[in-house]
Amino acid sequence: MLRYAFKRLISLVISLAVASVVIFAVIEIAPGDPASFMLGVNAQPDTLAALRAELGLDMSKLDRYFNWIGGMLGGDFGTSYTYRTPVSQMIADRLWVSLPLALYALTLSTLIAFPAGIYAAARRGKPGDLTVMGATQLGIAVPNFWFAMMLVLIFAINLRWFNAGGFAGWDKGFWTGLHSLTLPAIALALPQAAILARVMRSSLLDILGEDFMRTARAKGLSRRQALWRHGVRNALIPVLTIIGLQFSFLLAGSIIIEQVFYLPGLGRLVFQAISARDLIVVESVVMLLVFAVIAVNFLVDLAYAAVDPRLRSRT
Amino acid sequence: MNLLRIENLSLAIHGAEILKQVSLSIAPGQIVAVTGESGSGKSMTALAVMQLMPNGTRTDGSIHLDGQEVLNLPETEMCALRGASIGMVFQEPMTALNPVKTIGDQVMETILIHKAMPRAQAEARVQEVLSRVGLPPNRFPLSRYPHELSGGQRQRVVIAMAIALRPRLLIADEPTTALDVTTQAQILDLLKGLVREYDMGLLMITHDLAVVADMADQIVVMRRGEVVESGATDHLLKNMQHPYTRMLFDASNHQVALPEMQEQTPLLEVTDVVRDYRLPRTGLFTKPAHMRAVDTVSFTLNRGERLGLVGESGCGKSTLTRAILGLEEVQSGEIRLDGAPVFSGHKPNLDVRRKMQVVFQDPYGSFNPRHRVARLITEPFHLLETPPTGSERQDRIAEMLRAVGLSTDDAGKYIHEFSGGQRQRIAIARALIIRPELILFDEAVSALDVSVRAQILDLLAELCAAYDLTYLFISHDLSVVRTITDRVMVMQAGKIVEQGETEDVFANPRHPYTRELISAAPQLPEIGRKIA
Repeated sequence: MLRYAFKRLISLVISLAVASVVIFAVIEIAPGDPASFMLGVNAQPDTLAALRAELGLDMSKLDRYFNWIGGMLGGDFGTSYTYRTPVSQMIADRLWVSLPLALYALTLSTLIAFPAGIYAAARRGKPGDLTVMGATQLGIAVPNFWFAMMLVLIFAINLRWFNAGGFAGWDKGFWTGLHSLTLPAIALALPQAAILARVMRSSLLDILGEDFMRTARAKGLSRRQALWRHGVRNALIPVLTIIGLQFSFLLAGSIIIEQVFYLPGLGRLVFQAISARDLIVVESVVMLLVFAVIAVNFLVDLAYAAVDPRLRSRT
Repeated sequence: MNLLRIENLSLAIHGAEILKQVSLSIAPGQIVAVTGESGSGKSMTALAVMQLMPNGTRTDGSIHLDGQEVLNLPETEMCALRGASIGMVFQEPMTALNPVKTIGDQVMETILIHKAMPRAQAEARVQEVLSRVGLPPNRFPLSRYPHELSGGQRQRVVIAMAIALRPRLLIADEPTTALDVTTQAQILDLLKGLVREYDMGLLMITHDLAVVADMADQIVVMRRGEVVESGATDHLLKNMQHPYTRMLFDASNHQVALPEMQEQTPLLEVTDVVRDYRLPRTGLFTKPAHMRAVDTVSFTLNRGERLGLVGESGCGKSTLTRAILGLEEVQSGEIRLDGAPVFSGHKPNLDVRRKMQVVFQDPYGSFNPRHRVARLITEPFHLLETPPTGSERQDRIAEMLRAVGLSTDDAGKYIHEFSGGQRQRIAIARALIIRPELILFDEAVSALDVSVRAQILDLLAELCAAYDLTYLFISHDLSVVRTITDRVMVMQAGKIVEQGETEDVFANPRHPYTRELISAAPQLPEIGRKIA
């Protein structure tokens, strides 16, 4: 198990190194000079040169890459070209919204999807199954911003249980913060839960047809006992894969939901930085997201091994 | 007093009749074998006793276990019986165990689910039954997972699960069909021993008549959901009444007459062939170990000769077959067909490739279900430089279909319209259509029922006469190899340990491994053969 984890860890480091080179190269190739963008079309050549020197844009590409990487390893992400504030501070502020939101949405989606998927698989072809399948079909088809607007309409405007938007901040207390993230988290979670429930159901149905499920029944387990003791854990592998993918999406892909709810999240930060050619911010956020995706995949790999002993021995 | 009494059991699934008026009984300590070909309803009879039938099943009649009516017993009471009063062992040991739970947990579950004893006592019982089935905990710790065990060992775990609570009745559905002959002999011995020791009744489902004759006290022969004949083994074998029973025994021991070989020129020459597989590294800086699947194998196959290759699973038969076909490159040694190497450089030699064809075991998986038969059997044409077209192509298709005993109209049908035996005929037509110099039969009759197998063997003998076939017949079934080959090779752990004239090797095996194989294979008794 340790060897397996170690191998996964090495592959994580290699992936990160490769990703950083690719991100840096792609963003450098993209046309547009941040300095001339900041100073406007009428800038004097000497002011431009001074600004380029200040931003470090006059160094060689290799030096700038190592500066960037070296800085990031030390927690220094550089200074935003447009806001003139440390990028690390900007990202940290946004991360405090985006990360809890992603985790919150993922928890909700899992809490909805597992019981729904298991329930549907256990009642295959019966009305309960058909109901769940219909609901998930709807959940996949309807875009999440529509859910978001409906949630605002019902729970914020009519019932006044939640605020229609904005983020209260964590300094007013954990529950207040959580409360203001609830509607966006639900809007994000519903479509994800629909996908996850379908994966859970089909994965479990495959397992229910396996020989060892019949063996379990022959031992005297009831249908339900066999499903819970032998079915669910075996069905988890494809489900874990989807959960990993969904987390990565939720972390940065929630830009529309952030817009609908006026949340200062990572998605909006990237969007603004790209519009303003604030390359250093874009690079850093993208790198952070890549790190998050790779780290989540690492955790998913570990979870596979925890679930399936065959992976532990196959190193 | 009977332990199990099935009376006039009829069973239908969604209206389709599967069992008709089946009756049989088992006394404690008795072994009753239910035999018949696929579709005879033997497995469904077993599942009916367990009340584990598919959805939409309707039953009629009665099943008494220890005086209690099982049919239509409420599900909760049935759960209390399963595993405690009736244990069951299945055919496929590779998939019958949950891959993510340890063997100790899985055996323990039988005991704990029935709340038969407290946990500490249960653990002692688990160790005891695992030792009894030949997996002592000091060599096979309870923390092992199924994937760390071989097929035979897994079947022992399944048996341990079934007998952990000393059930009065054990049902074994084809328990050794997926196992090698030597492993089969051990598992059958184990089952016999358990029946004696625990005074259990054993309901054994098997298609293998040699196993039946060897094991059973009573035989029940089924065909299409009906019992056609039943009785005490000795009596039944001596006085087979029903023509179907006689046909079954006859087909199980089917002999064919191969035409004489004509010439003695070498066709396939295999010289010192070695094939290694790299194993995964055990440490970061250690060199990966190698597994030698084929170890300096040499033999010659003459034109017109029918050569057999036997050995247990994992002995290297399949690797050798793939190497001959040019599907895998060998590390050293040489394979030549008609003087030309099957590998030129690092690429398969197409000139040689078109002179060989292969027929595989699985008549269900080896065809594309979306193509018609005409397209399926002309697939090897792509190997030819100028494939026949137009009426010549139609003639070849028609000739081949007739040669394998099908009708020319079958060319327009899809594969799902054919039975297993017919599919294997189509596979042979596909191999034969480009008139290859050499055909490889890789377990080509192993998945077929005995009567169908007999017909395919007859077909092969006919084709040998009509087309002068040269083939390599790979099989684990010694009785088939004995009748369908002129010469035989015995393979063990990558090496050919013995080769010679087939009759000679079977009558006077010289290598200890050959002797072990032959003695482990169950034999049909002489009495049965004479009557048949």
